[in-house]
Amino acid sequence: MIPEAHVRIEPDGLDDQFRIRICTGSGCSMNGAHDVADTFERELKAAGIDDQYKVVRTGCHGMCQEGPVVVVDPEGVFYPRVRQSGAKRIAEALAAGAEPLSDLLYVEPATGEHVVHYTDLAFNAKQVRIVLRNCGHIDPEHIDEYIERHGYEALRDVLTAGEPEAVIETILASGLRGRGGAGFATGQKWRFARNAPGDQKYMVCNADEGDPGAFMDRSILESDPHSVLEGMTIAAYAIGATEGYIYVRAEYPLAVRRAGIAIKQAEERGLLGDNICGSDFSFRLHVKEGAGAFVCGEETALMASVEGRRGMPRMRPPFPAISGLWKQPTNINNVETLANVAWIMRHGADAYASIGNGTSRGTKVFALTGKVRRTGLVEVPMGMTLRELIYDVGGGIKDDRPFRAVQMGGPSGGCLPEALLDTPIEYESLIAAGAIVGSGGVLVTDDRSCMVDLARFFLSFTRQESCGKCSPCRIGTKRMLDIVERITSGKGEEGDVELLERLARHISSASLCGLGQTAPNPVLTTLRYFHDEYDEHINGGRCRAGACTELQTYSVDPELCTGCLACRKNCPVGAISGKAKEPVVIDKDRCMKCGACISTCRFGAIRRS
Amino acid sequence: MGAANTDNHGDDHVCTCRPQPDDLRPTREILERYADQAGGLVPVLQEIMRTYGHLPRPVLEEVARARNLPLSEVYGVATFYAQFKLQPTGDTTIKICHGTACHVADAPEVTVAVSEELGVRVGGTTDDHKYTLESVSCLGCCGLAPVMVIGEQTFGPVSPKQARLLVAAHRGGGPAAAEAAAGREGTGETTTDDAEGEGSA
Repeated sequence: MIPEAHVRIEPDGLDDQFRIRICTGSGCSMNGAHDVADTFERELKAAGIDDQYKVVRTGCHGMCQEGPVVVVDPEGVFYPRVRQSGAKRIAEALAAGAEPLSDLLYVEPATGEHVVHYTDLAFNAKQVRIVLRNCGHIDPEHIDEYIERHGYEALRDVLTAGEPEAVIETILASGLRGRGGAGFATGQKWRFARNAPGDQKYMVCNADEGDPGAFMDRSILESDPHSVLEGMTIAAYAIGATEGYIYVRAEYPLAVRRAGIAIKQAEERGLLGDNICGSDFSFRLHVKEGAGAFVCGEETALMASVEGRRGMPRMRPPFPAISGLWKQPTNINNVETLANVAWIMRHGADAYASIGNGTSRGTKVFALTGKVRRTGLVEVPMGMTLRELIYDVGGGIKDDRPFRAVQMGGPSGGCLPEALLDTPIEYESLIAAGAIVGSGGVLVTDDRSCMVDLARFFLSFTRQESCGKCSPCRIGTKRMLDIVERITSGKGEEGDVELLERLARHISSASLCGLGQTAPNPVLTTLRYFHDEYDEHINGGRCRAGACTELQTYSVDPELCTGCLACRKNCPVGAISGKAKEPVVIDKDRCMKCGACISTCRFGAIRRS
Repeated sequence: MGAANTDNHGDDHVCTCRPQPDDLRPTREILERYADQAGGLVPVLQEIMRTYGHLPRPVLEEVARARNLPLSEVYGVATFYAQFKLQPTGDTTIKICHGTACHVADAPEVTVAVSEELGVRVGGTTDDHKYTLESVSCLGCCGLAPVMVIGEQTFGPVSPKQARLLVAAHRGGGPAAAEAAAGREGTGETTTDDAEGEGSA
């Protein structure tokens, strides 16, 4: 049965009120966004304008650093870091019909000028929001808000047209590639699953976002879960799947909760479950909570985990499209990939493909972190250069310190130096430079970050997360970490670098899954671009960034030390000696460089170098 | 939540709200609920974690028996995932994020400070069973690095000194005291307003 084209998908119960949008994402909630929202509700009522303005608790705007973030419609006036007192004043100003409160507005650090409107922020100027189209605009716990912004229209039209093959053609033509890291053509993947023989097919959304420093999947699920549900249902229809799972990381309780609410609401509206939109297509969706294992982001490990086993990868082929969950054809896409789907179906493949260059089309969401002025979640067109991303969107380096490196793609990715900042954000060009688009974590470091230490950090992560099934990864990452730790503790030896390179080659070529195959990347790219730092550690016993603890020395400034002896009391190894009211002395042999004295000293008299 | 675990329900002894490790009734109820579910072992263990606070051996044996699995397989799954603990944890777990952004923002120093404040190493539980200290991978709040979570309260960015103060405050007066120590406005019961006591933590 073909659904009637006039199947009504209309929002219920939305009034014509102006909206006061308050971000209640993880970051803003932490800073009291719910209290601010409560205050708004109370004060609007007190001022008698609660029939004109409605408080909407939205998902993430991306500016986590400036939270709680408030946008007042219809003009979209932007207020950062709003406190309860500020909320009260804003409500009163609205009641009085006054101008926006200038002392509460955002000040653009570069120009020192007030910005009134959200859309005028420098942070937003170069962003193109497709995936994040609804984030910060809608209340993620109310399906009507999604529907009002044309939600589920794409699904209805797809079901009405009744041509799964055409859906796959559109996705192929859009040039959409997997946003989880590997970058495989999404349409191609769907076609494999569609063509695979099997009675029961599965559609899985991979929300096991494990790369340290990446949080876009969490944000999308928390801020706009229906966009993922709609994308999944369209995908399920295209490949012929009737059962689906969203596999969410255990560390994301809010995302788990909101995905559950969204599924329930979509089912109630007939947009999920049996006979969707009155068609003969049915799709049942479940949330599976991960239990804390990074390797479960790998698709075969993820499936093992859904089946209730240890989440260990297996050899491919057979690929999941042929033999996946419970040995049935299975298609697995990442959250961000799926959030693109409904937009592409509604606007057409050409609209999507017109953004970006060559083999990299559309947009990519990045989690911009580290030493940039504006950290947060951003969505930029493919083809933008790293320099634009860091300096125009991110606002440059915090405190005007020198740029050192940008790390992309987390533990599977690489570090690029300043000379490569004009590299465009495209799958192939980043790989050629030694980094990857990856899942979208972008960490910017300044001169106080040590590249050897950063490589050590990622290696210790992959070493810990290695599932242990194959020896190159289990033993290899451990051996590489031993060597890098030797180097960061000043005990590096001649030949260590060559040994690292050899081990890296073996681990990359012989590991079973992507975790092991890419684990040596952080070491290889730092060796490629920051070789001198390795040399300094090995030959000079020096860490120029002062980040490697064991290469630090602690000393006391006798001018500043008052001899209060607080540090002597707090030193866990008794390395500090001295008399009251006289400068203390640190025994460098005994000192274990824990920093307890520095955090105790009220006079800033203890220096680390 | 730590606070909920110390209620006295009128029994002779102080109830910890958690069943004893050899009390298999709750386990059987959980097993019953997931009996028909394919791939149900992981959610069963997750429910047991929520109920018992850890995975006691008698419980694991019951799970193996009921699901017709070798104990070794249940143990294999129980030891594979970071969420599952074989030993009891404290009433409140303090997590320090060691994601990349937190790492470069001095999370290791924060860990040292908290570890000293509690007198336990990472992974350890205080003698009074009040706190367990954990180092966790990315919590996804990178814009607020470095991040520390006490029970269900998230704080960031925290300096080592602030982290120490927050933990001490929590120890002395629970979540509300930690909230106050962070200079935040109250959670839950919203007061009319307070002055511009902007949070500094």
